[in-house]
Amino acid sequence: MSTNAADTTAIAGAPNHGKRFLTIWIVASVIATPLVAIFLGDLLPPGDASAQATQQVFDNSWLLTISTPIFLFVLILLLYTVFSFRARTTELVDGPPMRGNARIQLLWMIITPAVVLFLAGFGTYELWQSGAGGGQGPNAAFLPAGYKQALDVQVIGQQWAFTYRYPTYGGVETPHLVLPARTLVRLHVTSLDAVHSFWAYQLGVKADANPGVDNVAYVQTKGPEAFDIHCAELCGLWHGYMFDTGHVVASAQFASWIKQQQSYFAPVMKYLPKYSTSYLPDPQRRAG
Amino acid sequence: MTGRLGLKIAGVLAAVAVGGILIGFYIGGWVQPGITPYNPVAQTTTAKPTVNLTLQTVAAVGPTLSPNPDWVSYLVRDDGRWKRSTIFTLPAHALVHVTIYNFDGASGLRNPILGRPTGLVGPEIVDGKPITVMPPDEPSHTFAVPQLGIVVPVAPVGDDAKNQCGYAPCAMSMAHRTIEFTFRTGKPGKYRWQCFVPCAAGFVDGFGGPMQTIGYMDGFLNVV
Amino acid sequence: MSALAVETRAPVWRRLIGFNLLTAILLGIGGWYFGWWAAHQITGPSIDYFGDTDQNDIALFMGYFVGLLGFLIGLGFGVYPWARLRGYPPSLREKETGGTARYWGLCTDHKVVGIQYLWGIGLFFFIGGLNAMLIRTELLSPTHHVFPAGNYLTLVGMHGTMMMGMFTSGILGPFANYLVPLMIGARRMAFPRIEALTFWLLMAAGTILTTTIFFGGFPTGWTGYQPLNDQANMGMDSYIVFFALVGISMCLLGLNMIATIVTMRAPGLTWSRLPIFCWGVISTAILMVLAAPVLVAVLLMSMLDRTAQTSFFLSAAGGSQYLYENLFWIFGHPEVYILALPGFAIVLELLPVFSRKPLWGYRLAVAGLLGVTLLSWLVWQHHIFVSGINSDLRPFYMLSTELISIPTGFTFICGLMTLWRGNLRFPVPMLFCLAWFFNFLIGGLSGVFLSDVPSDVTTHGSFFSMAHFHYTIMGALVFTFFAAIYYWVPKMTGYMLNERLGKIHFWLMFVAFNSTFGPLFAAGFLGQPRRVVTYQSNLHFINVWVSISAFVLGFSLLIFLANFVWSLVFAKVPAPPNPWGSRSLEWQLPSPVPVHNFDRIPHITSDPYDYGDARGPIAMPAPTGAGGME
Repeated sequence: MSTNAADTTAIAGAPNHGKRFLTIWIVASVIATPLVAIFLGDLLPPGDASAQATQQVFDNSWLLTISTPIFLFVLILLLYTVFSFRARTTELVDGPPMRGNARIQLLWMIITPAVVLFLAGFGTYELWQSGAGGGQGPNAAFLPAGYKQALDVQVIGQQWAFTYRYPTYGGVETPHLVLPARTLVRLHVTSLDAVHSFWAYQLGVKADANPGVDNVAYVQTKGPEAFDIHCAELCGLWHGYMFDTGHVVASAQFASWIKQQQSYFAPVMKYLPKYSTSYLPDPQRRAG
Repeated sequence: MTGRLGLKIAGVLAAVAVGGILIGFYIGGWVQPGITPYNPVAQTTTAKPTVNLTLQTVAAVGPTLSPNPDWVSYLVRDDGRWKRSTIFTLPAHALVHVTIYNFDGASGLRNPILGRPTGLVGPEIVDGKPITVMPPDEPSHTFAVPQLGIVVPVAPVGDDAKNQCGYAPCAMSMAHRTIEFTFRTGKPGKYRWQCFVPCAAGFVDGFGGPMQTIGYMDGFLNVV
Repeated sequence: MSALAVETRAPVWRRLIGFNLLTAILLGIGGWYFGWWAAHQITGPSIDYFGDTDQNDIALFMGYFVGLLGFLIGLGFGVYPWARLRGYPPSLREKETGGTARYWGLCTDHKVVGIQYLWGIGLFFFIGGLNAMLIRTELLSPTHHVFPAGNYLTLVGMHGTMMMGMFTSGILGPFANYLVPLMIGARRMAFPRIEALTFWLLMAAGTILTTTIFFGGFPTGWTGYQPLNDQANMGMDSYIVFFALVGISMCLLGLNMIATIVTMRAPGLTWSRLPIFCWGVISTAILMVLAAPVLVAVLLMSMLDRTAQTSFFLSAAGGSQYLYENLFWIFGHPEVYILALPGFAIVLELLPVFSRKPLWGYRLAVAGLLGVTLLSWLVWQHHIFVSGINSDLRPFYMLSTELISIPTGFTFICGLMTLWRGNLRFPVPMLFCLAWFFNFLIGGLSGVFLSDVPSDVTTHGSFFSMAHFHYTIMGALVFTFFAAIYYWVPKMTGYMLNERLGKIHFWLMFVAFNSTFGPLFAAGFLGQPRRVVTYQSNLHFINVWVSISAFVLGFSLLIFLANFVWSLVFAKVPAPPNPWGSRSLEWQLPSPVPVHNFDRIPHITSDPYDYGDARGPIAMPAPTGAGGME
């Protein structure tokens, strides 16, 4: 039961609350939104250490910027009503019988889907750029430019540490992650037991490690950097302690590092299984 | 009427007291470290301290030491007696000499890379002989401190060995292997250590039960 | 003084014999031991891994099931089926007279069940909240551990599981059970015995979850992810049985609500006159009925994996952890809307009363509720964006999740426009409703971040996501839970809650709540994962701030408890039949409401939001002879 707009127009002498509110909101938004975009945008995580991280910062800052006028709208409307429309007397006096307003409802039903559809399109566009550092499963759909020449690095999650294998370097497995700078890396994240999640914070990479599954994530490294690795999926007792520090180093340094790892782990190389996108070593089921 | 009021006050106070006691028990139950007493290890204090840590790994911890008698466990020798504790207080920047007497059979590694000892000062010594790698079928347990980069595979007692230990604590006369190694503690902090061998028989992936309970196959190095 | 006037009453011990809570507890515990022992005898020798693990999961499950059976029989749930089997005629009511003894057992009076729910959920809310205080105590320091790491994981899991399980029925249990018949002009719910059953199933479930601490706890958190679930100790079985019972209770509760509202509305109560609270109840109930069975199914599969050595979720044996993740979240996402929708319903129900204006945009609000109900089935994979799900599907789920903010927005505009130009009063229930706007706004906007896939890569599995759902669940649902308590306790008990203590409770809770969960957005942004017992040292300050705020939050809830006890035990200020001046039907009855609700079933003549141009009372004839309207 909606009434026509006449019921909501001002009574003679009373201020035009609608216009007042809209003015306050527009002024506040015009001031706050650019401030948020300029000053808070770049403070958002995860930083600038990889192309995907930069992409996420851009995405997050856009979301924060768009959220600002929406947040202000609801907050100001709430505060405005609370301050302007308090009951003036202690006896119960009814307010005007407004049951709706077709124009406002229609406007709302047009604007909110428009904002939402824009956000969904924007997010998809961002995802399309290069995958945004997230795990995409074995058949990644959002491929960055030059993905065919990417360096393959496997991340093996197990209870409770990550190890890493480099298939193009003889399949050597190392306990720490070192990546060459300015390289597109294709991470193959998998697990030997429970579900873990490989989260390289500064690189903006997060991909769940699932047993029997190859979860691919792309990351384009930039300059030399140390980055924090955490496990982001509860995997048992030492989930909170499943952290490490990874490094992005210059290519020459990376080459010498991997040679050193190959020589240190040479005695164990003959025992490692052939490189594969997933492993299911024994034991698995409940056994005697 | 005051009698009624007095009764009400008494009732509320009684309820608060009972509630408080129950909450106290509840919290106490959570805090109590289960069955693991903290265990400061005797140390020699010098400018560059060295510490000796003697451990024993057993196939079944037995009913006197645990409510789960068939679980595998580490034990530590404290003053000549074997105690089930996996939390060791060690000095910072110290050399720690560890001796592990293993009374358990092989389980094997799920990730063979953990058969390569790392992070040690000097080699790992098994029964008096240094080793560079242990084949993945062999390890019975590992002693690993990922935050310090330490991985030590523990050699197994053969399946056909005579005089195998049943329930812990195991006597030196029973079949065992001796593993010795040395590592250096770094800055003060809390470092967790764990076994990486799926030795929790009967659990999925061999990593449940004792492998996920502090006091058996997991613990802390409190470096102070 | 005639000898015939002497009243004979059986001694206390005689009166305790019969079907009541005491018998139920005794039979429950006895049943548990019997089931445990019997299963040990039968299965112990044949389980090949039992010798190594010392854990007989089958025995624990059997113990719980037989114990549950004993508990329900002890309460008297078997009396009616047995009587019917022997040919006695059908009856709807049991034990609806008898003073406070009614509250301690099976009672089919929906008002009694509502109050039982309030106490029961309050008790488990307290236990879950205590767990939260312990969690924040642990997180005061990244290096000093108050609790062993395994205990900490169980604390976290128990907190989440208890809260999620209990609060799914948090509004529908106490308030819908009490109010729906009163709002629609009925004398009972459609299935009174099932109504009582849902409550006692929930109580048994809560007790079972608490016993997990005796069996080693569980390491998976409230989501129970596989294969960690299969790997866990016996305490995991308590989680499985708890959630299964909660699921059954939810399903039956929803069924009862739908049947009641659809079939038992008083004459004249058309769908367009139905209170918005009832619309919220129906939307929630639809989700409950359809989502709970998925939960029970996935828990059954987990139970089979853990006992019968099936491998639904073990990759190596042909199963998949994705099966669990998808099934769980197909339940899990409607579940969080089961938590959110009643909050919407309560806010929209209360705002007209305190603005003295009709609900603005009634049809739009209903569309919002039903829109959320429909869309909540289409979004679940946003919980697993980076798990390696089909990469092409992610834009679809991003879109569907963003779309849910549209019907949610309808609730916002309807609520805010109801306030617009009203004559606002600010007693405690109104304050909680206003706080809902602020909290759900932040919760909803942070949800927009999480629904955007690139942003989700930053924040999934971190404290950002935790802050988001605490804002939407605690900030929205729990705040409206308290709004509902302060609003309807006068009707339920006939006494007013103290206004000043209520305001202290509100302000302390609101400030402490935002101080606790606001900084957690930053903690998540700065890289703190969820469910961790240690964290980077640069996050120490934030965690200390949050922990202290959390203690203050806990303290504010103690103030509420004090208010509750003070007002209902000591002060006992009698409540007028309609202290808030509401036009809704339940307020036209005396406080507390008589057993039979209405003397004569009323004929409804308008919706409950006829402020400003009321053409008469909401119902003719007046629901009771005395204390009607105006």
